[in-house]
Amino acid sequence: MKCKRCSGSAVVELRRHNAAFCKVCFPEVFTEQVRKAIRRFDMFDPSDRILVAVSGGKDSLALWDVLLTTGYDATGLYLGLGIGGYSDRSHDAAVAFAEARGAELRVVDLAERYGYDIPTAGRKGSRSTCAVCGLTKRYVFNRAAAEGGFDVIATGHNLDDEAATLLGNTLRWKTDYIARQSPALPARDGMVRKVKPLHRLSELETAAYAFLRGIDYVVEECPLVAGNTQLRYKNAMNTIEATSPGTKAQFLFGYLDRGIPLFAGDDDVALVPCGSCGQPTIGRFCAFCRARAQILGEHLGSADRAGTDDREVARSLSDEVLPAEIYGGAET
Amino acid sequence: MKVKLRNPDREVELHGGRPIREVLAELDVDPDTVLVIRSGELVTRHENVGNDDELEIRPVISGGAA
Repeated sequence: MKCKRCSGSAVVELRRHNAAFCKVCFPEVFTEQVRKAIRRFDMFDPSDRILVAVSGGKDSLALWDVLLTTGYDATGLYLGLGIGGYSDRSHDAAVAFAEARGAELRVVDLAERYGYDIPTAGRKGSRSTCAVCGLTKRYVFNRAAAEGGFDVIATGHNLDDEAATLLGNTLRWKTDYIARQSPALPARDGMVRKVKPLHRLSELETAAYAFLRGIDYVVEECPLVAGNTQLRYKNAMNTIEATSPGTKAQFLFGYLDRGIPLFAGDDDVALVPCGSCGQPTIGRFCAFCRARAQILGEHLGSADRAGTDDREVARSLSDEVLPAEIYGGAET
Repeated sequence: MKVKLRNPDREVELHGGRPIREVLAELDVDPDTVLVIRSGELVTRHENVGNDDELEIRPVISGGAA
C-alpha cells in the first residue's frame, strides 16, 4: 500500500478517507488537521497561554506534542486521581514527556488538594465512578486554569470521543448538552475558554501519531472504566463504521456544520459564583462542592440538603456521557 | 508467529504466511480499532506476516470518563 502523498510505503490506512500515508507524511497530515481545527473555530493564537489537560494517554500527549511542535505556549496539567499503579504510570508518562521536551508540567494531587481520590469517590458517592471522575476533572482544570492565568484549556478529545458523546446525548435528547458540544466554548463568567483541537482526528490517528512521534504513552486502560457508557456508544459507532467508513465523521461534522444552530439557546443559563468555592455554577453550590461534601460526609449548608439540590446532584453525577455543569467532558 | 495482545497483556501463537487482515479476522479484531506493530514499525492490514514475525496488536480505543 502506497502513501497518498509521496508513494512511499504506507504505515497508516484511513479508510474513511480512502487513503494511506507513510511514517513521514502522516504526522504532517495530522498536524494540518489540527491547524485546520484551530483556525476553523478560532481556538487560540500564539500569544495565548494554553493549559493542556494531560493524562499520560495517547490523545493528550499527542495534543501537547503537536501544540509544542507548532510553536504554541502550551503548559501541561496532570491531575493525580489516586487510581493505584495506573495513576502512578500515567504520572510517570506525563513527567517523562515533559522532561524530554523541556515543557512545563503542573501536577495537582486530588487527595492532597481536595481530600479524596477517585476510587473513594466511586465507593462513597451516589453515582458512578466515571461520572464523579469527569466532574472532578472539569472542575480542577477550570480552577487551575483560572488561578494560573491561562487563556484557554485544551483537551485531547478526538473524533471518536465526540461522536460517541453526541450519539449518547442524541439518544436521550439532552438538548442542553447537545447545544454546548462545540469544539470551542468561549470564556464566560469564570469559565475559562475550552477547546478540543483533535476533534477532527480519530483514535486510530491519534494513536498512530503518538507512536510515530515516539511518545511513550500509557496503553493500559483505567481499571475502573469497565461498563462505561461512552465505551458502549463507541463500540456501537465502530460497528456501523466497519461497514460504512466515514459515518462517525459525517455524524459529528454534520452536527457542527448544520446542527449547532438548531439547538442555540438551549444552554442559555446564568452562572453565579458557588457559595463554597467561588467557581461558576447554576445554583447555590456547584456540583463539585456538593459531590465532594457527599464523599467526605460534610454539609455545605441548608440549601444543599433541599430536595431540589439533591435532584441536581443526582442528575449531574449520573451522566457519564457529558456530565456536570456548563462545559462538556474533559479528557485527561 | 507470536502475537502480543494488550489490555490485558497476553501472547498467542498463530500461523503466519498471510496478510495481517486475516490474522485480525481470526482474532475478531476490527482493523480500525488497533495499531499493528511489527519489529517496532507500524504496518497496515495489507502487509503479509511470516511465521517468524512478532506482532503487537495495540488497541486505540480509550474509554475513560468524559
